[in-house]
Amino acid sequence: MSTVKIPPVLRSSTGGAKEVEADGQTVGDVLHSLAERHPATQSQLFSEKGALNRYVNVYLNDEDVRVLDGLDTQVGPGDTLVILPAMAGG
Amino acid sequence: MANAPDVIRKIREQVTEIDPRDVHDLLQNGSGNGTVIVDVREQNEWDEAHIPGAVHVPRSYLESRIEGAAPDKSERVILYCQSGNRSAWAADALQKVLGYENVEHMKGGITLWKDRGYDVEVPPSLTPEQRERYSRHVLVPEIGLEGQIKLLESKVLLLGAGGLGSPAALYLAAAGVGTLGIVDNDVVDLSNLQRQVAHSNDRIGVPKTDSAETAVHEINPDVKVEKYQVRLGPENIMEIIDGYDVIVDGLDNFPTRYLLNDASVRLDIPVVSASILGFEGQLSVFKPHDGPCYRCLYPTPPPAELAPSCGAAGVLGVLPGVMGLLQSVEVIKLVTGAGDTLNGRLLLYDALGATFTELKVRRDPDCPICSIDPSDISEEEMGHFPDYELFCAGAG
Repeated sequence: MSTVKIPPVLRSSTGGAKEVEADGQTVGDVLHSLAERHPATQSQLFSEKGALNRYVNVYLNDEDVRVLDGLDTQVGPGDTLVILPAMAGG
Repeated sequence: MANAPDVIRKIREQVTEIDPRDVHDLLQNGSGNGTVIVDVREQNEWDEAHIPGAVHVPRSYLESRIEGAAPDKSERVILYCQSGNRSAWAADALQKVLGYENVEHMKGGITLWKDRGYDVEVPPSLTPEQRERYSRHVLVPEIGLEGQIKLLESKVLLLGAGGLGSPAALYLAAAGVGTLGIVDNDVVDLSNLQRQVAHSNDRIGVPKTDSAETAVHEINPDVKVEKYQVRLGPENIMEIIDGYDVIVDGLDNFPTRYLLNDASVRLDIPVVSASILGFEGQLSVFKPHDGPCYRCLYPTPPPAELAPSCGAAGVLGVLPGVMGLLQSVEVIKLVTGAGDTLNGRLLLYDALGATFTELKVRRDPDCPICSIDPSDISEEEMGHFPDYELFCAGAG
């Protein structure tokens, strides 16, 4: 079980939860299990082809999964995934 | 009891005197390596002019500070003062009391040095008023006099005089940034005052650039304010940001943030970037070609429904205060060289949870913006940018 941190803009899709526990061996598995539980996040996280949307940054602990193995990056119990969208407010 | 002239004469007999010409030769031909030249006069005398390469240890602090300047007691130490009396006293103390083995003092002091036509160094310094105003900065070793002078000589550009720009303007003005550029085309609105602390009730309807200038000068009249009451766009960005040392990004929209990234990378200007929404803020430093750029972090902007503005979704008024001041801290570190900046790191602040999270930001070797060597961009291309309005409108 790992923890997924939900950014403010996605919280309406997770019933307001800031953190969600989700199962999975890889980053892809964890995010899919999140999307199964909270279907509204599916289209926000993934393209129709199933790839991670380019505007969504995902970090395994403090490292960008793009420099790891992307959706195939292995996730251990106790790891934290951070979903990070760009914000522009000033 | 011996009178003072007799004592001085006696001391002069006991310390070795060196002619300014020999000190000058020593410095000129580089044989002075390993020799420490110490100016023992008071601060104001040192500030007026001193011998290039000398270190300053006022005579009244000689015993406590000389070891910092000359830790090795067998080192050659040459002392000088204004005319050669105080340095003789000091040389006597160094050898007799402190056990320095190789002490000389310069004949005739800096007066004779100057009479001989040798160069002196006039350090930039603070006026008495500045010395008092910035005394708490000068006291911290990481800033000190040198750092304060860097701040006074720096030019910082604030993009936006809103939630983030307001606290940054006030504190950077207080810190003594020499020139503050302020870009904002808006006027002060009542709904701004919940967070935009550079503005005030009696300035509602006033351009934010003018209002911010008033606030800046109320704190520190010495700051030069450059106002740009325009909307930053591809047609004016290069001209506006050129010549600034650091840019504070407090913009409220994606197209201009991408445009700024492009322009600042081309002109090699570091950007301290923050953004806010609700109870959360993001902060990073983008130092072109040294670390990642904004585009490395966010290759594409999110679709509009995932990027609501503060105007649409709201924001805790204190939040931009926190983030704008964290930006100001980064600015001061970039200018003075103190500490480690957030170059290559993204800091997330969650006000509700009272947590800070730090993430690594990697440079993208294929980044369409910062992987290009600026020298490969032609003059004609320099001021031309992709249509970022379109780029962001098509997002998602």
